[in-house]
Amino acid sequence: MTQSYEGGFASPSHDAARAFRSLMNAMAKPGRPFDMSGATGPMPMSDAAAATVLTLCDPETPLALMGAWNCEDVRNWVTFHTGAPLVDAAKAMFVLGDWATMLPLDQFNNGDPQYPDRSATLIIECTQFTHAAHELSGPGIQTTQTFDVPDLFAFQSNAAQFPLGLDFVFCTTSQVAAVPRSTQLQEI
Amino acid sequence: MNDYNFGYLDEQTKRMIRRAILKGLAIPGYQVPFASREMPMPYGWGTGGVQVSAATLIPEDTFKVIDQGADDTTNAISIRKFFEKTSGIDVTETTSQATVIQTRHRIPETPLTEDQILVYQVPIPEPLRFLEPSEVETRKMHALEEYGLMHVKLYEDISRHGAIATSYAYPVKIEGRYIMDPSPIPKFDNPKMEMAAIQLFGAGREQRIYALPPYTQVVSLDFEDYPFEASKADHACNICGAENTYLDEVIIDDAGGRIFVCSDTDFCANNQTAGEGKPQ
Repeated sequence: MTQSYEGGFASPSHDAARAFRSLMNAMAKPGRPFDMSGATGPMPMSDAAAATVLTLCDPETPLALMGAWNCEDVRNWVTFHTGAPLVDAAKAMFVLGDWATMLPLDQFNNGDPQYPDRSATLIIECTQFTHAAHELSGPGIQTTQTFDVPDLFAFQSNAAQFPLGLDFVFCTTSQVAAVPRSTQLQEI
Repeated sequence: MNDYNFGYLDEQTKRMIRRAILKGLAIPGYQVPFASREMPMPYGWGTGGVQVSAATLIPEDTFKVIDQGADDTTNAISIRKFFEKTSGIDVTETTSQATVIQTRHRIPETPLTEDQILVYQVPIPEPLRFLEPSEVETRKMHALEEYGLMHVKLYEDISRHGAIATSYAYPVKIEGRYIMDPSPIPKFDNPKMEMAAIQLFGAGREQRIYALPPYTQVVSLDFEDYPFEASKADHACNICGAENTYLDEVIIDDAGGRIFVCSDTDFCANNQTAGEGKPQ
């Protein structure tokens, strides 16, 4: 049972600052991977997702754990390290899971016309990033950027709601990449 | 144990600011409310920019602060020393060596790169505030994209002065959606806002953070028959001779003598060293 207590940032202030720099770069430069490390969560959490959760979540941020991520090990780890209240999908500010556990996307808060920043941020675990099928454009991208999303239509629909919409952070073992709502997507 | 926490602020405050920055980047030009903290300096001295910098800096950063383009003014020196003391980071006055630049009311003349971050100190983040004092109303206007009032203001400029007289804090439209206050930078700097660096805006007293990812479309509002013009004083710098920089007018004696000098001190110094200018 010591697993819940281990795996946090070794140097919380410095590690969180570096992890945030990666997250900020990812959100500002959609589709581009950035290194993310410093934390280790219990299975099935990736290290990058663990660092993301430690950087952004605290008692002020309701978090929804989806599918296999809603297990005792992850619940205990998240609660010990962040104190984030664990809630249902509809009330979540942050959501952790893989793509299959996230559907349908309309179960999440996509913001308010007067407060579009109140929408949920989805932290999506994946095995690797590929850059073959989809082309991104929009703020943060000089011309175009290739990055494959799990379901093109879902992401196009999300972008069409701008300024409402969800923001997506993808995590592999050691990298993050983001697709905010402002990003336009098309097939190559 | 006299050490400050890295970045001065406590971790929970930094997380709150970081979340606001990420949402700001996801919705370019939208002002994200945040719980601004009291800082060891008064509101109006860059507390918004300082909080954004504190949440953004990493130990490997090199930090530069400018106030109206100058590295050597009280505000710039104080903030630079503040982060040297509380975060132990390297500081510089050279634009190209800095990774994070906090600025009050200027964009450096040297073009910024993808590896740099520009943090603006913002006094009044709401571009519609002087037209509509109610926050409830301006928030509705942003939600409904109801920006006619801003064009009326620019039109009134033309009808009264024969040209758009707004010369700083010139309103811009971001990606065809939100109207944004670029902070009180001279309108000369507006075209530079479509840049490679990440731009973050912090307003401490007004408790707002907003952001622009690199290469975000930034359009200065204008009319077809009165197009936007990035104006500056019609002189060359009296010290370095540069003809394409924003200039400060400086009174030099009691007889009304005056010269024009670059407002960007680092650019001016480099230009002098490079010997391109012809001092007068």
